Amino acid sequence: MTRHRILGLGLLLVLALMPVLTDLAGQPAFLSLMTRILIYGMAAASLNFVLGFGGMVSFGHAAFFGIGGYVVGFLFFHQTEGTLFLGLIPGTSQLLITLPAAVLVSGLVAALIGTLALRTGGVQFIMITLAFAQMIFFFFVSLKTYGGEDGIIIRRANELPFLNMRDKATFYWVVLAITTLFFLGLRRVVNSSFGAVLDGLRQNERRMAALGVPAFRYKLYAFVLSGMGTGLAGALMANFLRFASPDMLHWTKSGELMVMVILGGVGTLFGPFLGAGAFMVLESVLSSWSEHWPLALGLILLVVVLGTKGGLMALVSRLGGRK
Amino acid sequence: MSVVLSVRGLRKRFGGLVATDDVTLDVAAGEIHALIGPNGAGKSTLVNQLSGELVADAGTIHLMEEDITGLSVAERVARGLGRTFQITSLLDDMTVMQNVGMALQAHEGGNFRIWDAVQKRRSVWERAKAILRDSLLTGREAALVADLSHGEKKQLELLMAMAMAPRIMLLDEPMAGLGHLESQAMIGQLEKLKAQTAILLIEHDMEAVFALADRVSVLVYGRIIAQGSVDEIRSNPAVREAYLGAEDELC
Repeated sequence: MTRHRILGLGLLLVLALMPVLTDLAGQPAFLSLMTRILIYGMAAASLNFVLGFGGMVSFGHAAFFGIGGYVVGFLFFHQTEGTLFLGLIPGTSQLLITLPAAVLVSGLVAALIGTLALRTGGVQFIMITLAFAQMIFFFFVSLKTYGGEDGIIIRRANELPFLNMRDKATFYWVVLAITTLFFLGLRRVVNSSFGAVLDGLRQNERRMAALGVPAFRYKLYAFVLSGMGTGLAGALMANFLRFASPDMLHWTKSGELMVMVILGGVGTLFGPFLGAGAFMVLESVLSSWSEHWPLALGLILLVVVLGTKGGLMALVSRLGGRK
Repeated sequence: MSVVLSVRGLRKRFGGLVATDDVTLDVAAGEIHALIGPNGAGKSTLVNQLSGELVADAGTIHLMEEDITGLSVAERVARGLGRTFQITSLLDDMTVMQNVGMALQAHEGGNFRIWDAVQKRRSVWERAKAILRDSLLTGREAALVADLSHGEKKQLELLMAMAMAPRIMLLDEPMAGLGHLESQAMIGQLEKLKAQTAILLIEHDMEAVFALADRVSVLVYGRIIAQGSVDEIRSNPAVREAYLGAEDELC
């Protein structure tokens, strides 16, 4: 336990010093790569909460990612236009409002999708979540007011009091702080009473029913929490890219998140972050070599999955001498 | 004695096959009611209707005078119906202690809490420790369920079901696959459980049934063909004919 804590604090220190380090190394691009890794890490960890901890293979998490992003986009759009969203809600560019709004809206959408999709399981669940995500994708493509296929350009990142969010390092630190809180919160939820029941449901739903646990409610709750986490990541990504577009909602994004989870380690706390890191680094390295980089990525994924039996996290634990 | 579980005219049909045909039986408090029958008699179908995994086509099931016919598995469990599985069904990635803890946790409630720490629920873990200390699984608390022997898994099934403090327990072939000594130990335990809960015992092992049962129902092709005390069933010619078939002696 103490060893974990020392490793964690050490990692946090290195991450906190990252803007200084990249500055010294003259690699400012690396800082934006790190920012993206943290954001995607949160999205992947959220997906892993249902996929790894809950045993629900969702192929539609891009929906929540995109909706988180679009909430930021909509609010920015209406603020600059000075109009009301649906004639009711004024726009804003305050991060302290846009982030909770994005989390709330993604949670509501997750509740809606989950209520219907969780009546199935297995392959049907995969296909239904995918179908919902595609519906949402085409819905946003058809919204001409908000740029349709082109999306919404967010000219300035959301503001936080006393901080200059235009500064790349400041933005990175804000994302790092949110990621740290997110990680601690996730760890808490996984080790809670609810987390234990969810783990039980993943292992044996029939047994849990015989213990008087109605699966649906618990799974829906997990799905909503997962959607909220993914929406948070989406909102930060829209701020980072200064852009919210249907790209964030595309089904390939759901696939990428899943690849990150599998690469890092299904059902582990830290694995998805590791997976997101490996995915983003591989993407930037491989895509500079060839436009057919997904082929190489696929091969690497194959080797990792077959070779480590549990993703990079299993590899790390084995190298660390822990079982 | 008060009736805990009361089944009236239960019927279940799969296409042309009548798996449960007008089954009526009562289980009273403090008794072990055994349900026997040859393979394919519809014992498992009946258990699954009683537990709520299958929906009956007709008939009613009452638990403590409350109609539970339309309730889900979990709702029935909440009202005091416990069960064990014929083919053990446990949480394989968890330890013995965690399995018992899960049963207690589920029984205690408060499981939508996402901000507590399950390891710190002392009422759960202290009771789990006490239950295991007095069981045949003492010393195996930290073992993973996947590593348990078949007999140990059967024991754990029983402990988990009892941890829920049920009013009636459906025991689906608790002796199946056990060796002679293990069976003897199980019989001793069920004898003790009688004081705590009513039991409907579905069993193939005649030795166990005749040692334990207060009343016996014989199910053949979905119908109950005889009901009575152990002695009555032993000497019933219809039972000998239908149930034993090729065999010569009832034990």
